[in-house]
Amino acid sequence: MAVFLLQRLTAFVVTLLAASLVVFLVMEVLPGDPAAVMLGVNAREDTLAALRNEMGLDRPAVERYFLWVGGLLTGDLGTSYTYGVPVWELVRDRIGLSLPLAFIAICLSTVIAIPLGVLAAAKRNRAADVGVMGFTQLGIAVPNFWFAILLILLFAVHWRLVPAGGFAGWDAGFWPALKTLLLPAVALALPQAAILARVTRSSVLETLGEDYVRTARAKGLSRRAALWRHAVRNALIPVVTIMGLQFSFLLAGTIIIENVFYLPGLGRLIFQAIAQRDLIVVKDLVILLAAAVVVVNFAVDLLYAVLDPRLRGGQLHE
Amino acid sequence: MKRTVEKKLLASGLARGFLRGGLIAVAAVFGALVAASGAQAAKDSLTLGMVLEPPHLDPTAGAAAAIDEVVYANIFEGLTRIDRDGAVKPALAESWTVSADGLTYTFKLHQGVTFHDGTGFDSADVKFSLDRAMAEDSTNAQKGLFAAIASVETPDAATVVITLKRATGNLLFNLGWGDAVIVAPESAETNKSNPVGTGPFVFERWVKGDRIEIGRNPDYWGEAAKLARATIKIIPDPAAATAALLAGDVDAFANFPAPEALGQFEGDPRFAVVIGSTEGETILAMNNGRKALSDIRVRRALAHAIDRQAVIDGAMFGYGTPIGTHFAPHHPAYVDLTGRYAFDREKALALLAEAGYGAGLTLSLKLPPPSYARRGGEIVAAQLAAIGVATEVAQLEWAQWLEQVFRGKDYDLTIVSHTEPMDIGIYGRDDYYFDYDSPAFKALMAKLDATADEGARYGLLAEAQNKLTEDSVNVFLFQLAKHGVWNSGVVGLWENSPVQANDLTEVYWKQ
Repeated sequence: MAVFLLQRLTAFVVTLLAASLVVFLVMEVLPGDPAAVMLGVNAREDTLAALRNEMGLDRPAVERYFLWVGGLLTGDLGTSYTYGVPVWELVRDRIGLSLPLAFIAICLSTVIAIPLGVLAAAKRNRAADVGVMGFTQLGIAVPNFWFAILLILLFAVHWRLVPAGGFAGWDAGFWPALKTLLLPAVALALPQAAILARVTRSSVLETLGEDYVRTARAKGLSRRAALWRHAVRNALIPVVTIMGLQFSFLLAGTIIIENVFYLPGLGRLIFQAIAQRDLIVVKDLVILLAAAVVVVNFAVDLLYAVLDPRLRGGQLHE
Repeated sequence: MKRTVEKKLLASGLARGFLRGGLIAVAAVFGALVAASGAQAAKDSLTLGMVLEPPHLDPTAGAAAAIDEVVYANIFEGLTRIDRDGAVKPALAESWTVSADGLTYTFKLHQGVTFHDGTGFDSADVKFSLDRAMAEDSTNAQKGLFAAIASVETPDAATVVITLKRATGNLLFNLGWGDAVIVAPESAETNKSNPVGTGPFVFERWVKGDRIEIGRNPDYWGEAAKLARATIKIIPDPAAATAALLAGDVDAFANFPAPEALGQFEGDPRFAVVIGSTEGETILAMNNGRKALSDIRVRRALAHAIDRQAVIDGAMFGYGTPIGTHFAPHHPAYVDLTGRYAFDREKALALLAEAGYGAGLTLSLKLPPPSYARRGGEIVAAQLAAIGVATEVAQLEWAQWLEQVFRGKDYDLTIVSHTEPMDIGIYGRDDYYFDYDSPAFKALMAKLDATADEGARYGLLAEAQNKLTEDSVNVFLFQLAKHGVWNSGVVGLWENSPVQANDLTEVYWKQ
C-alpha cells in the first residue's frame, strides 16, 4: 500500500511539474501582449510600459517561471491581470458552480445509464435492448448544445419553470441555485449517459459469458441474482474508468454548455482568460485541472480495488 | 471487509428500481419548480443583458467598452458628460468659462456632492484624478485625451482651473469620456473591484462571470434615479441572449448580439426593437505602406470594387449605414462621400491595369473575431476576387490582431470598427497601423485642435473627410448600427450610443 501511494505521489508531482513547464512555455510563445489587450488601440507606449511593469511582465522568463512555481508551492496563485483580484478567489467562485454541476450531471448519468445498460444486456436482442440502443444512439448523435437549446425553449421559454440560464449563486439559497443548475445538468448528463449505457451493456454482455456466471447459475442462483451479483459487479471496471474520464471532462470541458446557459464555470473562465491574455489565470487553471485529473484517476484506481479483490495488492489482501 | 463490500453491492441490486425512481424524482423536481416561481413584484428594477463582461470596473484603467457600459454615468461622473444625443452637458462641473485665447478653462463645481463611501467631493479630487491620468506611471488607456493639459489648479474647493499647452477645441468633450471620470484618492486603488464614484447608482455586488448589481444612491446630489436597482447580466452567446429575453430573464439588451434574430422580436408586441447609430466606423483598412497598396490607384480600385450595401446586407442583415469617409453619418459635420467611389468593377479593373496589376494581385486579409469582420470578410473577399484580387484570409483573435496587425503592421487588409467617438484624428498619428503619412492631413488636424469656433471646426472637419476620401486611405464600409431589444414597458434607454454607455439614470417602467 505504501509503495502504491508513493508511486502515485511521484507520478502526481512529475505530472504537475511537466504540466507547469509545458503551459508556461506555451504561454510564452503565444502571440499577444496582455497589456495591449487591456489598454486597447489608443494606449500610448509609455502607458503600456507602465502596465507591463505593474504586472511584472518586464522581468526575464526564467525569473517569472520560478516566481510562479514558487507561488504555487506556497499556495499563492497570483493576481489576475484583468480582474485584478487574487486568482484563488476566481477559482473558488467558479468551482462552487463547476464541481456541483459536474457532480449532479455524473449522478444523473449514472442513475440513467447503469440500469439501462444492464437491462439492455439482460434482454439482449429483444425489444428493450433495441429500444435502449436506439436511445443511446440518439443520445450520442445529438449535440448537447442543441439539446440544451431545446430544453431551454421548452422549460424556460415555453413553460417558464426555470431560468433560461445564469447561476443564482449558493448564497441566494440552496434551492434557487440548484434550480439554475438543473437544465445544464440534464443537458450534460444525457449524452454521457448514452455513452455510459453502451459501455455498461457491452461490459455486462462480456461478463455474462464468463465461466463464473455459469457456475453461479449452476449452483442454483436465479438469473437475476447471477446477473446483479456476479455479472454486473465484474462489469463495472470499464464503466468506472469511463466515469472517471467523464468527470474530469465535466469539470472544465463544458464550455459550450456553459455558454448556452451563460454559466460562470471553470470552462468559461479559462476560455475568457485565454482571449484576454490573462496568462496567470490560464496557467493556474491548467495546473489545477491537471491535478484534478490525476486525483480522479487515483480515486478510480482505488475504486478498482474495492470492486475487484483480485486487483488489490499488499496489505489490502485479506 | 470483503463482506461489507459485497453487501453494498447487493444493495445496488436495487438499481433496477433506479430508472423508474429517477424519472419520478425528476418529475417531482420540475413539479416543485412550478410552485416555486411566484408572482413578480412591482417593477422598479431592470435586468440588462450585456455580451462581454468587463475585466474590471475602473474606467480610468482600461480600454474595454464593457467597463463604461456598466459604470459610465451610473456609478462614475466626470466634470462634463456626454448625453444621449452626443452633446456635452455639465456634470460635476455646474458651469465653466473659457478664456479668449482658449487656453484657460475655469470650472465651477457642484457643492454638497459626496462619493458613495461618504467622503466629500471637491476640487482636490478633480486635481487628483486628472494628475493621476496624466502621470508618468499612468495606466489610463486614453492618456492622449489629457495630452494638451499643462496644469490643473485649485484656487478654492469649488473651483478648478485647467491650463492648456495649446488650444484644444475638444477639451470639454474629452473630459466627458469615461476615462476622465473623477475618482477619490481614498478609493482610486480599489475601484477595479469596488468602484466608488459620485453617480446616481451605487455598486453593490459582482458575481464574476454572471452579473453585476447596482442600486439607487439615496444621497445623490442631482435628480435621483427612477430605478431602485439594476442587474447587468453577462450573456456572451447570441442564442442564449435570445432565449433569456424570450424567457423574461432579461428585460433589455442595449446592444443585442444577433442581428439575425431581430425579426423574431420585431413581430412580438412584448418587445421593442430599436435600431440606433453608434460611433463605430467599420472599415476595410489598408496597409498604405505595402508596395501594392502604396499606389493610390490600387487603393481606389479596391474602393470601387466593394458593394457596401451587399456587405451590410450579408454581414449585418441589413442593419448599418454606408459611409464614404471616416466619420459618423449622424454628426452635423458629416459629408456624404459614398458616391465618390461608387461600386463599379469596370473602373476598378481599369485602375488596377493602369497601376500595373492587370494580371491580378494577392493580398492578406486578417480578420478579428467580431461577426462584422468575419462575415463581412467573406463578402469582401468574394468581391475582391471579382476584380482579380486574391485574398489570403486569416482569422485572428483580438490579442493576435493587436499584436500582428495593429502594432506589427504585418497585414495588407483587415476589417475593423473604430468605435471611439470623433476619432478622425487617428489618421494624423505617426506610425499608425494604416501607415498613412500625410503632412497635409496632420496640418489640418493641428488647425482643428487650435480652433474653438464650432462653424470653423465643422469646415475643417469637412475638409479632413474629403482629404481621406480623396487619398482613399481605407475602404470605408459602413457605420455600425446599435440593435437594441427591450421589453416594451421599458422607457428611457439610449437609442443611439454617442459614447459606449448604458446610462440608466432616466430609465423607468411604463405603468
